[in-house]
Amino acid sequence: MPVKTVYETSIEHVSILDEHGKFDAKLGEGLIPDEDVVKLYEHMSVCRHYDEVAFKLQRSGRMGTYPQNMGQEAASLGAAYALQKDDWFVTCYRENAGLFWHGLPMEHVLLHWMGDERGNEIPEGCYCTPLAIPIGTQMLHAAGLAWAAKYNGENRIACTFFGDGATSEGDFHEAANFAANLDLPVVFVCQNNSWAISVPTKIQCSAPTVAQRGIAYGMPCVQVDGNDLFAMVKVIRDAAVRARDEKRPTFIEAVTYRLGDHTTADDARRYRDADEVEMWKKRDPLIRLRLFLDERKLWTTKKEEALQASAKEIVSAVVKRAEEIAEPTTNDIFDHTFAEIPPNLRVQRSTLRTHSLGQDPSPLRDTQAASAPTR
Amino acid sequence: MANLTLVQAINLALTQEMEDDERVILLGEDVGKNGGVFRATEGLHKRFGPGRVVDTPLAESGIIGTAIGLAMGGLRPVPEIQFEGFLGPAYDQICTHAARFRTRTRGALTVPLTIRVPVGGGIHAPELHSDSPESIYAHTPGLKVVMPASPYDAKGLLVSAIRDPDPVIFFEPKRIYRAFREEVPEDEYTVPIGSARVVAEGSDITMISWGASVIQCMNAVEAASASIELIDLRTIYPIDTPTIVESVKKTGRVVIVHEAPRTCGLGAELATQIMEHCFLHLEAPIQRVTGFDTVMPYYKLELEYLPDAQRIGEAVEQVAAY
Repeated sequence: MPVKTVYETSIEHVSILDEHGKFDAKLGEGLIPDEDVVKLYEHMSVCRHYDEVAFKLQRSGRMGTYPQNMGQEAASLGAAYALQKDDWFVTCYRENAGLFWHGLPMEHVLLHWMGDERGNEIPEGCYCTPLAIPIGTQMLHAAGLAWAAKYNGENRIACTFFGDGATSEGDFHEAANFAANLDLPVVFVCQNNSWAISVPTKIQCSAPTVAQRGIAYGMPCVQVDGNDLFAMVKVIRDAAVRARDEKRPTFIEAVTYRLGDHTTADDARRYRDADEVEMWKKRDPLIRLRLFLDERKLWTTKKEEALQASAKEIVSAVVKRAEEIAEPTTNDIFDHTFAEIPPNLRVQRSTLRTHSLGQDPSPLRDTQAASAPTR
Repeated sequence: MANLTLVQAINLALTQEMEDDERVILLGEDVGKNGGVFRATEGLHKRFGPGRVVDTPLAESGIIGTAIGLAMGGLRPVPEIQFEGFLGPAYDQICTHAARFRTRTRGALTVPLTIRVPVGGGIHAPELHSDSPESIYAHTPGLKVVMPASPYDAKGLLVSAIRDPDPVIFFEPKRIYRAFREEVPEDEYTVPIGSARVVAEGSDITMISWGASVIQCMNAVEAASASIELIDLRTIYPIDTPTIVESVKKTGRVVIVHEAPRTCGLGAELATQIMEHCFLHLEAPIQRVTGFDTVMPYYKLELEYLPDAQRIGEAVEQVAAY
């Protein structure tokens, strides 16, 4: 027989809690304790309110460009819940819910979009990387962080997030190839939200699923309903065990939808149908989680009212902290470029001039004289 | 003390740093079993094992991107990019991330990374194996750029680079990998990043160069009748301005020599700094002897492109006679 099949595969789609609130007890029972489902619902609600407030801050001129997360909260939150606190959370920029659960203070993301570098500070013990603006470069850092953890004999893994558009970037493929060939404990999570600004997924990927891109690199891959918190927790847990115990990567395609514009600088009405958005609004991760809570008698209208009030309080306190932070000092421009500031930068810092006559022509070896701070 | 070539000195530095510090790991294309295409990592795979001398997939962005992660994860990775012409695919990771993580996270995540890269022409190599892109990286805030011109400096600077808390591009002039030997101490020593070396003292003309061109300059200095002070920059960024200024205040005449193209080459920055600090001491316009603003030619014409003792000598005569 001259022609034979040398490899066959299939892609599984995992769904536990569907958009109508139908729950697959076989897969989902016991996956998340009831009290945690309540906490996750509360967190997701607070993050949704945060997202709405952030949008308004931009519109009212109190914040720069902001990418709304609305509709995608379950994907990153499910992941963060399933990960350990000391696992690396290598983010893109639509993972607020997961980042906050993982330990990043909420005002940091606002500060970031307010053009304040202090938003990128990472508190001690919070294992995350800063919001990644170029598309699809951070997966390599996740592979390297996972590699370092493995080298150091740590139990830590890395979980990285990116969109469907990012899987067109070369670095995605290099990261997948490195992780699979060098046996690195990484979980790759593609948030397939249908749109890379105005370009639909089919222009990024001709295959029927994005998930199958992982097959080419010899790693297990799975597609999951990204708006289903339970399904996210399950696939991330499975992948995390594989990473931790077997040092093997996994590729997860979380199917979700960007309910908002790409950023506040975008108008999605220019390129997508209102019907499509309406259809996805019904698949909102918050709606089905509420249906689950109602079904289990874990929630009441009164609790919902209290939650909405507390979300307002939490977010307004966050906005206050972000807006009331002291003005950054000019030295900030210089002080983190290198561990130790080189002489030429010291001169620029002390004079705040780059034109020749503004530079200090005094003895260049006298570091003390040149380092007097100006502000 | 051993009589070593530049590539052997690099091998020695890597060996000793790996022995001293478990965080140091090597990665790149062919660096493992093969010992690197220039044999800079010869014997290290056997000595330290495949976990510390890692043959990676053939992907430069992947090598640097994962090395950034390794560095942020607490290691001291020393990736090799096989030739400077293949830095292109890694440019994004180097300039977008390695150079910026410290600033962007205000020191929470840092990238103590040493990227070793053979650089420059003169070895009859194919296309993209002979370029001199050091200015591109010197122009990128957040990177240090180093290029030794002797075995002694190669060892001392590589040790400094590996121990540096920030990313360093460590260019190795491949033309002089094996061109000559020099006494290199076995014992630990460092050559600090940011310090130039006065190769020969002189009183009439200051000549500044780095990398393989330093050897061409030494030939020109020997042939010249004027007394030339030759400075090997050693570090491209941060520039050792005081050493240059001190020399030019003494001589008042300057010749700058580099392989890289002329426009926006490092010579332009050096000339400006000299003008800023030594304007009233200058007796003649600063002369630059450089590569042309062309694509690096294939090797039949590469010696026409690279500054040699004759072209340098002509500049010396002009600057002396002005």
